[in-house]
Amino acid sequence: MPEAKTELVIEAQGLTKIFTPKKLPQVTALDSISLQVPAGRLTALVGPDGAGKTTLMRLITGLMDRDAGSLRVVGLDVEEHTQAVQDVLSYMPQKFGLYEDLSIQENLNLYADLHGMSEEARQVRFAYLLDLMGLSAFRGRIAGKLSGGMKQKLGLACTLVSAPKLLLLDEPTAGVDPLSRRELWSILRQLVAREQLSVFVSTAYMDEAALCSLVYVLNQGRILAGGTPGELQDIARGRCYRVAPPEGIPTRILQCELLEDAGVTDAVPVGGKVHFILRETQGKAGLLERHRLTAEPAPERLEDAFMILLERDSRKKRQQPGLDAREQDLISAFAAEKKAVPVDIEVRDLVRKFGDFTAVSHTSFQVRQGEVFGLLGPNGAGKTTTFRMLCGLLPATSGELRVAGVNLRRAVTKARANIGYVAQKFSLYEKLTVYENLRFFGGAYGIPVGELENRIQEIMREFHLTERQAQAAESLPGGYKQRLSMAAALIHKPKILFLDEPTSGIDPLARRTFWQQITRLAAGGTTIIITTHFMDEAEYCDRMMIQDHGELLILGQPGDIRRRLQMPEADMNEIFIAIVEKARQQAKEESGT
Amino acid sequence: MKRMQVFFRRLAALTRKEFCQMLREKSSFLMGVVLPLVLIFIIGYGMSLDVEHVPTAVVLEDTSPTARSAAGFAAGSRYFSPVYVHSLPEAEQLMRTHKVKMIVRFPADFTEQLYRGNGQIQLLLNGEEATTAMSGQAYVEAAVMSWAASREAAASGRGQVTAVPRVWFNDTNTSTWFFVPGILMLVLTISSVFLTAMVMAREWERGTFEALFVSPVRIMEIILAKVIPYFTVAMVGMLLCLTAGRLLYDLPMRGSMVLIIGESMLFLVIALGIGLVISALTKNQYLACQVALLVSFLPTVMLSGFLFDLHSQPWGVQLVSRLLPMTYYLALMKSLFLSGNYWPLIVKNTLILLGYALLFIGLAFYLTRKKVE
Repeated sequence: MPEAKTELVIEAQGLTKIFTPKKLPQVTALDSISLQVPAGRLTALVGPDGAGKTTLMRLITGLMDRDAGSLRVVGLDVEEHTQAVQDVLSYMPQKFGLYEDLSIQENLNLYADLHGMSEEARQVRFAYLLDLMGLSAFRGRIAGKLSGGMKQKLGLACTLVSAPKLLLLDEPTAGVDPLSRRELWSILRQLVAREQLSVFVSTAYMDEAALCSLVYVLNQGRILAGGTPGELQDIARGRCYRVAPPEGIPTRILQCELLEDAGVTDAVPVGGKVHFILRETQGKAGLLERHRLTAEPAPERLEDAFMILLERDSRKKRQQPGLDAREQDLISAFAAEKKAVPVDIEVRDLVRKFGDFTAVSHTSFQVRQGEVFGLLGPNGAGKTTTFRMLCGLLPATSGELRVAGVNLRRAVTKARANIGYVAQKFSLYEKLTVYENLRFFGGAYGIPVGELENRIQEIMREFHLTERQAQAAESLPGGYKQRLSMAAALIHKPKILFLDEPTSGIDPLARRTFWQQITRLAAGGTTIIITTHFMDEAEYCDRMMIQDHGELLILGQPGDIRRRLQMPEADMNEIFIAIVEKARQQAKEESGT
Repeated sequence: MKRMQVFFRRLAALTRKEFCQMLREKSSFLMGVVLPLVLIFIIGYGMSLDVEHVPTAVVLEDTSPTARSAAGFAAGSRYFSPVYVHSLPEAEQLMRTHKVKMIVRFPADFTEQLYRGNGQIQLLLNGEEATTAMSGQAYVEAAVMSWAASREAAASGRGQVTAVPRVWFNDTNTSTWFFVPGILMLVLTISSVFLTAMVMAREWERGTFEALFVSPVRIMEIILAKVIPYFTVAMVGMLLCLTAGRLLYDLPMRGSMVLIIGESMLFLVIALGIGLVISALTKNQYLACQVALLVSFLPTVMLSGFLFDLHSQPWGVQLVSRLLPMTYYLALMKSLFLSGNYWPLIVKNTLILLGYALLFIGLAFYLTRKKVE
C-alpha cells in the first residue's frame, strides 16, 4: 500500500456499478471496490476477461456513472466535475481511439488543437513523442495502414500530447505481438521516470503487472488483493516447484495429470518442465510419488500468486468437468503406446495472396496423427489465413495441401468429412438449446438418425453439458459455450480438429480445463491444429510454427527450438522476440547488400 | 471572450478533421454529390409521367372530309403515332396484340351527328397502362376540343379562335417539373439524415468517441463539427440539383430564390437533427442505416406527396403525412417553384418547420451525452 504522504490520483471507496439489461438479470460489474492509485507511478489493474476492468476505467474517466460509493480522480469527484477531470486526464480505450483515415500527423494535430497547444510547444512535443515511439519516419502515413504495434504506440502518443496529470490505458497490449509489448512497456517506464507521469493500466498479462510499482487484482467485480508485485508474490512463497517429465513423455501429459492431483492448485508447462503450485506449503503431489519423479523448488512468480487468488475466489476448480475417474493415467498409457504414426496433414509450398499482398508466403509443414500442432504469431501474422486454407474455407493461391490423405485443392467436400472446426467466434445458434445445436450439427454432418441420439448423449456426457441441455446457447456462460462449440465440432468423430483462437476471451481457470481436454483428445488419437496469440500456450503443443508477416519463422518441438536457439530456460515470449528480431535483422542485411 | 476563443479553436479543429475524413471516405462524397446528380438524371428522364408518340389506332368508319379533318390532330402531333384503319374489329385486334395503346373511333354517322350539334367520337383505352391511358385521354380531348373550336369560329366567321387547355402551374403538364422539388428534398434528406447518422454511429462503433470524450472537448463542439460539413455537402448537392433542374428541364422558379434556399436550409437543420437523434439512439452503423431508411427515406418518397397525391390517400395515411416535416417542405417547394410567393402558405409552413427544427436539434443535444452507457 502507498505511504500516507503520497498524493493520490485515484481514490475509490465502495465503488459499485450495476448493469440492468432489458429482460436479463442484472449484473454487478463492480461490487463495492476500494482502491488508491498514487501519483507519479505505474499502477496495474490485473484480471481475466470480464472481471470489470473496462467498467472501472470508464467510471474513472466519467464515461459512466457509478451506482454507489465514492470516486475521486485528481482530487475531484468525477460525477460532479466530469469535465474538469476530463480536461486533465488522458485515456486510451481498448481500440486505441485513433482516426483510421487520418495520418499520424493529423491524429496528433487534432489532440494538440483540442488541448489548445501553441505552435512552438507542439513542435517540441511531437518531435519528442514521435522519436520516443519510433514513428518519426511515418508522420504522413494513414493510421489505418499501420501495424497493430504501431497503432498502439500512436494511440499512446495521442494521449500524451498534452502531458496529462493521469494516464489511463485500457488493455493497451491485447492482441499485440510480444516484441511490441516489450517496447510499449519500456516506453511507459521511461515516461514515468522522466515526466513523473501517473499511469493506471489494465492488463490480462501477469508479466506486465510485474513491471508496475503497485498491482490490484480484480476478479468478477471484486478486488482480490492489492500491493507491490513483491508483496503479492509472497502469497505463493514456498509452494512452487518444477518437475521434468519422464523420458519420451510430452510435458503437457504430465501437466494435465498434475492439474488433477488433489494436492496441486495449478500446473503449467514452462520451458520443457512443469511448473506447479502445491495446495499447502508442506503439501505433496501424490502423482509424483507414484511415478517416482522428483520436483525441485522453483522461484514463485506473480502469476502463481494470481492463480492462487483466482482459485481461492472461485472455489470452482474441483467441480470443473473433464476430470472423470479413469482406470489408467495418461502417463502410463502414453508410455505403453508405440510410435509409428502416419502423417495426417501435409502442406507443401503453400502461398496465399490477396491482390498484391502476400498473407502467407511459401509455407511447408507436416502434422502427424494424434499430434497437437500450434500456429503462433501476433495478430496479422497469417495464422488465420493458413488455418482457413487447411480447413478448405479459403482456396490456396498455389502449393499443395493434403488433409487425411485427400487433396484439399481438388476434393474439399471429401476432406471436410474428416475435420471438425471450432471458429474464433463460436458458430452456435444462439436461440437453439444445447441439445438442438448438437442435433443440428449432427444432422449437418450426416450422422444417421438412429445413431445420432446416442452420439448426442455420449458427447454431452463427455463435455459435461447434460444438465444444461435444455438451455439456450446465448444464455450459457463463456466456458460452457466454448465446450458446446467443441462438442458440436466433434460430434461426427473427426480425425482432425481445428481450433481458431479458442482461448481468447476465457478466464485462466477455464483455459486450464480447455487444455486438459485437448490433451485427452490427442491421447485418443485425434489430431489437433490450434492457433493462439498467447505465446505461453505453445508449451502445450507437441510441435509448433511461428509466423510473422506471412513468413514461417520457425518450426519444431518447443524443446528443440530452445536448443537450436541456445536459450534452454527461455519462455515462449523471449523465444518469439529472439526469432523475430533475428528475422528482421536478416531482412535488413539482405536489403542492405 | 477567452472562453469563446477556446470554443472556436476546438470547433475548428474538429471540423477540419471531419472534412478531412469526409474527403477521404469516398462514400460520403458519392452520397452527397454524385447520388443527387444520378437521381436527377434518372428521375428526370426515366420517371417522367409524360407520354409521347402513343401508338394510336384511328378508326375512320366515317370517311367524309369533316371526319378526316377531325382526325387530323393525330398526324402532326408528337403525342401520337397514328395507324389508320376502317373497322373497329381491326383496331381491337391491334390493341390485343399490343400494337396500339388506344383507339379513337369516328362512327359512321359522325358528320351527320356533328351537324345536329351532337358529334361524338369513341375513345378506347388500354387500362393496363393507366398512366399512358389517362394522359392519352387528356391529349385527345384537348385536341378534339381545339379542332371543334377552330371549326366553329371559321363557320360563324368570327375569326380564328384556338382553345388552349391549360393545366395550372405546370403549363405543359411536364411531370419532371413536378418531380424536381421532390428530388431536392430527397437529396437533402439522404445527405443529411444518412450521412450524419452514419458518421456519428461510426465513431461510437470504432471507439473513437471514447477517446475524444475524455478530453477538453464539449459535446456542443462535437455535434456542431459533425453538422457543419454535412450541411455544406447537402447544400452543394442541392445547388447542383437546382442547376441541373434549370439547365436540363427548364424548371421554372417563380418564387423568390432567397426563399427557396432559406427554406431548404431550415429543412436541412431538421434532417441533420433527425440524423443525430438516430445515431445517438442506435450507436451502430448498420442499425443507424436501417432506421434512417425507415424514418426518413421511405416516408420522404412515399408519404410526403412526392409520388402520390396526398388528397387521394386514406385518412390514416394522410395523418402520418401530416406528421412528417417533409410534407410541409415539399408543399412549400412546389409552390415556390411552380406558382410563386404565396405568403399564407409560406408563413404557415415555415413556422411548422421551425418547430420541427427546434424539436429535433433539442432532442439531439438531449440524447447525445459524453457517456458510453
